[in-house]
Amino acid sequence: MNYPSKLIEQAVLEISKLPGIGKKTALRLALHLLKQNEQTVEGLTGALSRLKKETRYCERCHNLSDGPLCTVCASPSRQENVICVVAEVPDLIAIENTGQYRGTYHVLGGILSPMHGIGPEELQVASLLERVKSAGEEMEIIFALPSTMDGDTTSFYLMKLLKPFGVNISTVARGIPIGGELEYTDEVTLGRSILARVKYDFGG
Amino acid sequence: MHLAQLHLHFFKNYERSDLEFVAGINCFVGPNGSGKTNLLDAIHYLCLTKSGFGFTDSQSIAHQSQFFTLQAEVEGNTAFSLLKCIQEQGKRKLFYQDGRLLERLGEHVGALPVVLIAPDDADMVKGPEENRRKFFDNTLCQLDPVYLKRLSRYQHLLKQRNALLKTMQAKGRFQADFLAPYDSQLIPEAIWIAEQRQQFLMDFEPLLQAQYQAITAGQEHLQLQYESQARDPEQFEKMFREAAYQDYLAKRSTVGVHKDNFHLYLDGHPIRKFGSQGQVKSAAIALKLAQFLALKARVGFPPILLLDDIFDKLDDKRIQFLLRLVAQNEFGQLFLTDARPERSKKMLASLQTSIRVFPVEKGRVLAAEDIGQVPPSE
Repeated sequence: MNYPSKLIEQAVLEISKLPGIGKKTALRLALHLLKQNEQTVEGLTGALSRLKKETRYCERCHNLSDGPLCTVCASPSRQENVICVVAEVPDLIAIENTGQYRGTYHVLGGILSPMHGIGPEELQVASLLERVKSAGEEMEIIFALPSTMDGDTTSFYLMKLLKPFGVNISTVARGIPIGGELEYTDEVTLGRSILARVKYDFGG
Repeated sequence: MHLAQLHLHFFKNYERSDLEFVAGINCFVGPNGSGKTNLLDAIHYLCLTKSGFGFTDSQSIAHQSQFFTLQAEVEGNTAFSLLKCIQEQGKRKLFYQDGRLLERLGEHVGALPVVLIAPDDADMVKGPEENRRKFFDNTLCQLDPVYLKRLSRYQHLLKQRNALLKTMQAKGRFQADFLAPYDSQLIPEAIWIAEQRQQFLMDFEPLLQAQYQAITAGQEHLQLQYESQARDPEQFEKMFREAAYQDYLAKRSTVGVHKDNFHLYLDGHPIRKFGSQGQVKSAAIALKLAQFLALKARVGFPPILLLDDIFDKLDDKRIQFLLRLVAQNEFGQLFLTDARPERSKKMLASLQTSIRVFPVEKGRVLAAEDIGQVPPSE
């Protein structure tokens, strides 16, 4: 594509480096920005450069953070003896959005996949062990890792490492989605749902 | 069950083709390089979600295009009647049954059983162990979707373990605890796979022997022997775990069902070493026909049979044998290719079934001709 200005061309080149954005969309965005007032554009560029320069990772759980500790770890109302292990930050955000979890997190930064160059040393495993080791009280660890072969392998690996510390380990339940039809649930999920069925509590 | 229609779009050397098949014999005739075999491969794709001739998905897209689509109308006892496959360059392959997108391609394998008899089948008998493993895995996957699922799981875990061994070598440090999560998952899978293979061969060997005897008029005895490290579960687990350091040095897993061997013997002698060309060819056809019978017995209807270039590559005796089976109505729908139209017509003319001949010319299918003594509607 030919561009009427070198500046436009440069902007398009940079914007199209973003995932999922092609040259045409990049041009549309660049022209859109050109039409905005200076303040708006500086708001965007300022936010972007601060994003890279100032974003930090929580020293304890490796969540994104503004200070040395993330908002979850810094909060006094969270149960520190419960750690939910997730692969990436978006997984943490998803669980936070449920409003159902009051413990803390540990972000591994991925799951084991030696084919893609990710072994145990590339993940935040050592710091998880450190957290468990240094804890004064009884710990509970919850695995919330992808329900894939590599996710399972990662759980297996961590389970073996954590076992000697006498912690309670569980993994998030897998089953029929809320509002889902039984008929259209895949066999593996349905099979597991039957095996891991939930007992009705007739209490009260 | 049979394919009633096939539509190709940008598949191999076809820009666009629409074919209507008969339930009996469909014959693709035309000069070499015109694209006859590509039509068989299109059918193989729709049955098993991949090429039967070793082509990758992107190699199957026509040069001038970024995608191909294949579509077939299926009649008879299947759960769906319309099947569609779309492959876009660099994207995931999509399969639709009656418009429903399949989440996993494995869901489709086995729904349209197929057997391919091709000129290079002799490599299955004469070639490396891997060829025989592929053949038996292909058969087992078509027979049992669970086998396919667990085999892919095994293969994925094995790939990851091998990658891990390579990384450890590169870093110069052996770490048994890194291997542990793979080992504890691989071992039970391997034991299960070996058990399935063993069980299947008990049913398969008599079929194979009977076919070989029929082809060769009972002169020799063909035997099949299965060799696996995983046949004894306890010993296997020990062997697998003890090999860890040796695996580290070799940078790959040296123990497992990916090392299984399927040995073929003729009257006690390994056919790979001592078999004549004729014996090898007979064994190859016997394997494929036994595969056909095993699938037929399981699903209750004859699989689709693809015969590539058999009139040229097989000798008269074996051709006559196959044609006798056709005449006895052993097969269901059949597709074959031949470079010489007159020969096919002559060979097939006397058969009591519907026969349609499709002349093929440089990626185009010309007007078909019905030559059978049975009208195509039956």
